[in-house]
Amino acid sequence: MTIPQISPGSWWWLDAAGLERLITVLAAAGYRVVGPQVADGAVVIRDLASARDLPTGWLDEQDGGTYRLRFDPAAGTFDHVVGPHSLKNFLFPARETIAKFTRADGMWSQEELVRAEPPLAVIGVRACDLEALRIQDRVFMGGEHVDPAYAARREKLFIVAANCRRAVATCFCHSMGCGPAATHSFDLALTEHGSGMRAESGGGPSRFACEVGSDRGAEILAALGDGLDVCTPAEVAVAQAVPQELAARMHAREAEPGKPRPRSLDTEGIRDLLFDNLEHARWDDVASRCLSCTNCTLVCPTCFCASVTEVADLSGDHVERERHWASCFTLDHAKIHGHSVRSSTASRYRQWLTHKLAGWIDQFGTSGCTGCGRCITWCPVGIDITEEVAAIRGTSDATTAPGGGP
Amino acid sequence: MNTAAVTTPGAAPSQAAADPWRSHPARILRITPEVPGVRTYDLEFRDAGVRDAYRFAAGQFNMLYLPGIGEAAISISSDAAQPQVLAHTVRAVGNVTDALARLRVGDEVLLRGPYGRPWPVETLRGRHVVVVGGGLGLASQRTAICEFARHRDHYASVTILHGAKTPEGLFYTAEYAAWRAAGIEVRPAVDQGDAGWSGHVGLVTDLFADLAIDPTNAAVLCCGPDPMMTAVARAAARVGIPSGDVYVSLERNMACAVRHCGLCQFGPHFVCQDGPVFAYDSIVEFLAVPHL
Amino acid sequence: MTTMPPEPGKPEKPSLAVFKFASCDGCQLQLLDAQGKLLEIADRVRIDHFLEASSAVVPGPYDVGLVEGSISTAHDAERIREIRRQCRFLVTIGACATAGGIQALRNWGRIDDFLGAVYASPEYVTTLATSTAIADHVPVDFELRGCPIDTRQLVELITALVLGRKPHVPGHCVCVECKARGTVCVAVAKGIPCLGPVTQAGCGAICPAHGRECFGCYGPAEAVNLVSLTGFYEARGTPRPELTRLVRSFNGYAPAFRGESDRLEGGA
Repeated sequence: MTIPQISPGSWWWLDAAGLERLITVLAAAGYRVVGPQVADGAVVIRDLASARDLPTGWLDEQDGGTYRLRFDPAAGTFDHVVGPHSLKNFLFPARETIAKFTRADGMWSQEELVRAEPPLAVIGVRACDLEALRIQDRVFMGGEHVDPAYAARREKLFIVAANCRRAVATCFCHSMGCGPAATHSFDLALTEHGSGMRAESGGGPSRFACEVGSDRGAEILAALGDGLDVCTPAEVAVAQAVPQELAARMHAREAEPGKPRPRSLDTEGIRDLLFDNLEHARWDDVASRCLSCTNCTLVCPTCFCASVTEVADLSGDHVERERHWASCFTLDHAKIHGHSVRSSTASRYRQWLTHKLAGWIDQFGTSGCTGCGRCITWCPVGIDITEEVAAIRGTSDATTAPGGGP
Repeated sequence: MNTAAVTTPGAAPSQAAADPWRSHPARILRITPEVPGVRTYDLEFRDAGVRDAYRFAAGQFNMLYLPGIGEAAISISSDAAQPQVLAHTVRAVGNVTDALARLRVGDEVLLRGPYGRPWPVETLRGRHVVVVGGGLGLASQRTAICEFARHRDHYASVTILHGAKTPEGLFYTAEYAAWRAAGIEVRPAVDQGDAGWSGHVGLVTDLFADLAIDPTNAAVLCCGPDPMMTAVARAAARVGIPSGDVYVSLERNMACAVRHCGLCQFGPHFVCQDGPVFAYDSIVEFLAVPHL
Repeated sequence: MTTMPPEPGKPEKPSLAVFKFASCDGCQLQLLDAQGKLLEIADRVRIDHFLEASSAVVPGPYDVGLVEGSISTAHDAERIREIRRQCRFLVTIGACATAGGIQALRNWGRIDDFLGAVYASPEYVTTLATSTAIADHVPVDFELRGCPIDTRQLVELITALVLGRKPHVPGHCVCVECKARGTVCVAVAKGIPCLGPVTQAGCGAICPAHGRECFGCYGPAEAVNLVSLTGFYEARGTPRPELTRLVRSFNGYAPAFRGESDRLEGGA
């Protein structure tokens, strides 16, 4: 028998102390380490000093227009799902300077931008957000032109994925074919075993089967020091079964006790379905509920629209061009000669939905939706993308009451 | 030079890592008043290296930038055979174009480009070409007209249908004589004539009926407001020109011109990358939908 | 009209005048609060009339007039017409000037009742029965929203006027700013009825960042659907009178908010 090597494709056990060491090692390697933690009533992604800051024991309940946390001592470290933040907040930030110009003697010159941000390590990334990352990579790096700011961050990004053991009612990654198992784009992926808090549920505090996804992941894991236990083939099989079992429950649309059924989205022929129904009455129906408030687009981990504003001093000699998130729900988005091409809410919602689920396929060879459910949860009036599609398809089962919520 | 931004149409990018936000100073060489509110700016890159490397094709556009004011997508209107001087015909209707109207010869602007798919000028050889420009639309077609004039014998015929609301709204009229001398038929049309007007009063689409061309060997290049382009494609179909031989150039909001900002989306298309010139066939189902 | 038309052949600095009507002076204080920027502004703009800052007054006409406050007396209604004549480009600043302000709550009541309740000798008070926006009396070139206005937006407005471009003052709602700063939505995560989705941005989404709902200080956003929003809050358990009070506040008399509070109150 050969001595196992820490290399891509291998699996190792991390206990709670190992998780703590992982954060320490990443920080020591120069990474800014961010990860999930509880703040302001939600699991957000923030700078992480210690594994103690992770939301161990916290569960999120999500549905159209509502998000609530509850503490459950039986819950593990990663048994929450996705919150309002995603990788987008870090790789494609809401605001950044993309160019600087200076005028001297009536002549303009463009300054070189210094990009001095530390590399970023993100703990606890879910399968839906790994897919979102792959989608944004295509947007910003996959075409003729590469966005230098995104590319600089992306190149140095270190990802510790977490396989989901649980889905909430807004989750439908299984429908979009990208979850719940983390299968790509990670450096390390954790599958949690046991409970974070309570010894009797699962036989002790959580430990994590850690799959190595890249050479960089192997290096970091090796830097944790000796004494890592390799997972046996049987243990790997058990770990791999965790997201598979969840996938089966999602496909069966099994609800958690007392909770709404998980969403699903029928993607069969969806491009043509939507483009063939650009004048469907449902657009006006959803417009009666839609606030045009942009929340769905801004929490969406793949939405990439941006605009540029000029930030100048009063002399006009020093100008920074600031790129900021834009949304197809604002009137500025499609404005030409002072008027929006999409002046009605119906036309703006149609743009969002058809781009996300249909146009994206033409543009990038993939859906723009990963089934993360953020647009449903964070819509202030609970508009449900899966329900809108079902209504256009004519198969609505009215899982939510329009405008009123459950 | 930002070589990634100066692609020969169809060519592979030579430097993918170049910063798409790199913009280059260009001096205003000449300002030609066209009609009230519309001027043509002849621009020349300050940097000789940038100037010498720059090539463009008929129908492409530049992002014209005034620091502190903003950036706007503007068609290039000059002869592609002389890419050292770039003409941009601009109507003062917005932030950037209003500020541009306050600049003088010798002032600097910044440019990046060229961007977008050009008119399919080369593929039209041997065919009857009908150029239909409404309002400022002809600005995006002037480069193509330069090509047609230079190689008039490569085309069966070339006709320009130039539409405007009034005779005062027609620009480039000083060039009609040269275009006609090159063998191009120029037929202006106005919605409302005046005392001195002897041309057509009505829509450019009226002029399709008496085009002396073989519709099965013809192509239409149209640029104007969206509804006009739909009307032109229908008029072309009525005289037997298949919709597959109609090309249109669209205008949408744009911040980046490099398929990143998402603002120019039109159905599944990015106007900056997939357009601005589209085969009408490829977008007809979307052009027909209001507020798309 | 959103950019100040340049006056041909006028090389000198544009002149600025600040005027006050029924208001708390808070918006003028935002201009004084521009601190470092104020000196930069003074360098580019000639401040001819700004009583809050200096009693030295240069008579008009002025290039730019900033007007704070609402019209609540007959004298004010007369004075704003004269100010309009004096200013090439007239900007209203703040909720009072753009929507009548908190004092417009009296528009729903009886003026004599208010006078009797507030003043010992109401007979000495001459006032109109209503508090109304400047734009109800004279044409306004640009509205800067807020209660109070945001200093950065004010500096942006003046910068844009000096540089000759449209000010970047977006009409989208507060949610855009919450999401940009990563604030967790108080409506979704805490069930607090929040006006953010229908209120114009500009404040930087301060209140939600501190766990409070948006109070609508910047007035209605460019596209609003109040019926859907209040309907959702009502279905989630917020009583109607509470929703009416939420909408009928600093910008309660702005048409979109006014229509909704009337609808809620009317039981429609």
